[in-house]
Amino acid sequence: MSEQGPSRPGGAVPGDRAALPPEEPGTVLQPTTHEEIPRAGAWAHLVGSLVPLAVGVASLVWATQLGVGSPTQPGPGLWPFAISVVLAASSVVLLVFGRGRREDYEKFTRGALTIALGVVSLGLFMVLFQRVGFELPTLLVLVFWLRFLGGESWRTTVLVAVGATAVFYVLFIVALGTPLPHIAFS
Amino acid sequence: MDFLQPVLSGFEVVFTPSNLLFCLAGVLIGMIIGVLPGLGPTATIALLLPITYEIEPASAIILLAGIYYGAMYGGTITSVLLQLPGEAASVVTTFDGYQMARQGRAGPALGIAAIGSFIGGTVSIVGLSLLAPFLAGFALRFGPPEYTALALLGILLVSYLGTGSTIKSVIAAALGLLLATVGQDPLLGTARFTFGSINLSDGLDFVAVAMGLFGLGEILYDLEQRARVSFATSSIGRAWISMSDWAESRGAVARGSLLGFFIGILPGGGGTLASMASYALEKRRSREPERFGEGAIQGVAGPETANNAAATSSFIPLLTLGIPTNPVLALLFGALLLQGIPPGPRLIADNPEVFWGVVNSMYVGNIFLLILSVPLVGVFVQLLRVRGTILAPITVMITMLGVYTINNSPFDIWIVIFFGVVGYLMKKFGFEPGPLVLAFVLGRILETSFRQSLRIFEGDVTGFVTRPISGTILVMMLVVILLPAFGFVRGRLQRRARGAPGSG
Repeated sequence: MSEQGPSRPGGAVPGDRAALPPEEPGTVLQPTTHEEIPRAGAWAHLVGSLVPLAVGVASLVWATQLGVGSPTQPGPGLWPFAISVVLAASSVVLLVFGRGRREDYEKFTRGALTIALGVVSLGLFMVLFQRVGFELPTLLVLVFWLRFLGGESWRTTVLVAVGATAVFYVLFIVALGTPLPHIAFS
Repeated sequence: MDFLQPVLSGFEVVFTPSNLLFCLAGVLIGMIIGVLPGLGPTATIALLLPITYEIEPASAIILLAGIYYGAMYGGTITSVLLQLPGEAASVVTTFDGYQMARQGRAGPALGIAAIGSFIGGTVSIVGLSLLAPFLAGFALRFGPPEYTALALLGILLVSYLGTGSTIKSVIAAALGLLLATVGQDPLLGTARFTFGSINLSDGLDFVAVAMGLFGLGEILYDLEQRARVSFATSSIGRAWISMSDWAESRGAVARGSLLGFFIGILPGGGGTLASMASYALEKRRSREPERFGEGAIQGVAGPETANNAAATSSFIPLLTLGIPTNPVLALLFGALLLQGIPPGPRLIADNPEVFWGVVNSMYVGNIFLLILSVPLVGVFVQLLRVRGTILAPITVMITMLGVYTINNSPFDIWIVIFFGVVGYLMKKFGFEPGPLVLAFVLGRILETSFRQSLRIFEGDVTGFVTRPISGTILVMMLVVILLPAFGFVRGRLQRRARGAPGSG
């Protein structure tokens, strides 16, 4: 192993690991962690504070409509009202005082597109599986995630997708007896 | 020796073949999960919640508890070998453990971690066995005001001591409490926040929310980039230690056990805080503090012992007072509720086989941990080569299909998807999902106790302060809020734990 000099303990500084020689036995490539995603712009802090504030205010209004009552005679809205106040107040505190902690907010990278597509595929799964049983939609989702989102080879994709679907069938239908809508052997 | 009787009957529960199998399975699954980056013990337990419906309550908790402390150790393996903490409590181990691996001492690092974990866990279980019945007896005198104060303290401490910004955790907790109100008013039956939907009138299913936030949310968050793996050393050698290693570390192990035990009992305390505190203690006590960060074995021995001790003792508030003190335990609390066994002071009296069965399974589980860790390190290292792109879709589908098994309700799957997105967005914006789940689980109890307390006090809120026990708890809360010394430890927690997936 080559000399590296004392590295900072625990600090996931990209420079440290980039220095590890790639020919090292047992080495694959460099890990990328979420610490390396760039920080988001100032808009992120605004959104992060205003969304909870909006939720807080909205539920405050709803709670009042439910009927707050009084401390001696609590109505159904009393508790939600109290919580909404805490929520709204904290959001304001965050908005005003939280501006310094910009490093909390991560930028939405291209990977976010992957996630959006993944979620859409899950929505499609929901629409399909009640009509055609779970096997086909499961297979399709797995293929989509493995091949198109994950970049796996066709061989791996087919093997894993078919294999996993079969295992799910055995697990959920045969072993657990769950009444999942299914088409095989029904 | 009458008090030994229930303890011994607990062993009868554990030493049935099926429960031993569940214990082994739990520890094994936990270790694997701890090793694999991405899923944490919280996500795994959330995923397995539907299965607990099918099995006995004691067996279910034995399984889930095994996962919890198994994961503590699994996270150590990646910390030492890759400087990647498998989960939050292992962050400290990356300081010295990774350095030891780079010096070719990965074997001793892993070995002392296993032994320390075993000793810490065992000390903690003994303490638990002795302390818990006493505490439960004391807690029988708790009334609604005490439960209100305790639940609030738990939520507050989790927010304060967590890895994110406090104010954001408070926001997350408030959201969790709000979500808990969806459905019917617990005392009056009025429909709240249901927007006319039948599905919502029963409230949000806790399992679906947990699986969405922690299972799907975690996967989506990690999907954003593909983590690849790079090892500090090619040869691990045997995960065992020499006599001189032991001589150097045994003090740290002893101190870690006690420190971890007491920190674990605190609401909000848990493995992460215990490991941090132990590291700080060892560094301060050492005659050569400059060695810390360069591969000092005490820097691994102490924290690893402490975090296992804390993981075990954190069960005490759950099993005796019925208050879960961190998100993982909140899930276990939910699981017990689902089984119709509400944890609390009556648990020991009404369902002793569950209580002692679970406690005694921890003894056995710790032995399994020690036995498994030595030969299996090599296997775990191979596991790390499985790509996330393969694991992710499989885990997602297990989550989606699994949640259906609870209520056969497609709506629950929509909840999973929705909260998966919410969980992802929360993490992107720096909010911790843990406080949300904890608050969600405690929400019902908290509200009911609060309103019952109001009735007792006839609307006079100062009653909380004048009652001795709840007053004390509230004072403790104030101390927590005001003590700036915590801020120092927290600052280091945030910086170090930033990259750790799945806090537990």
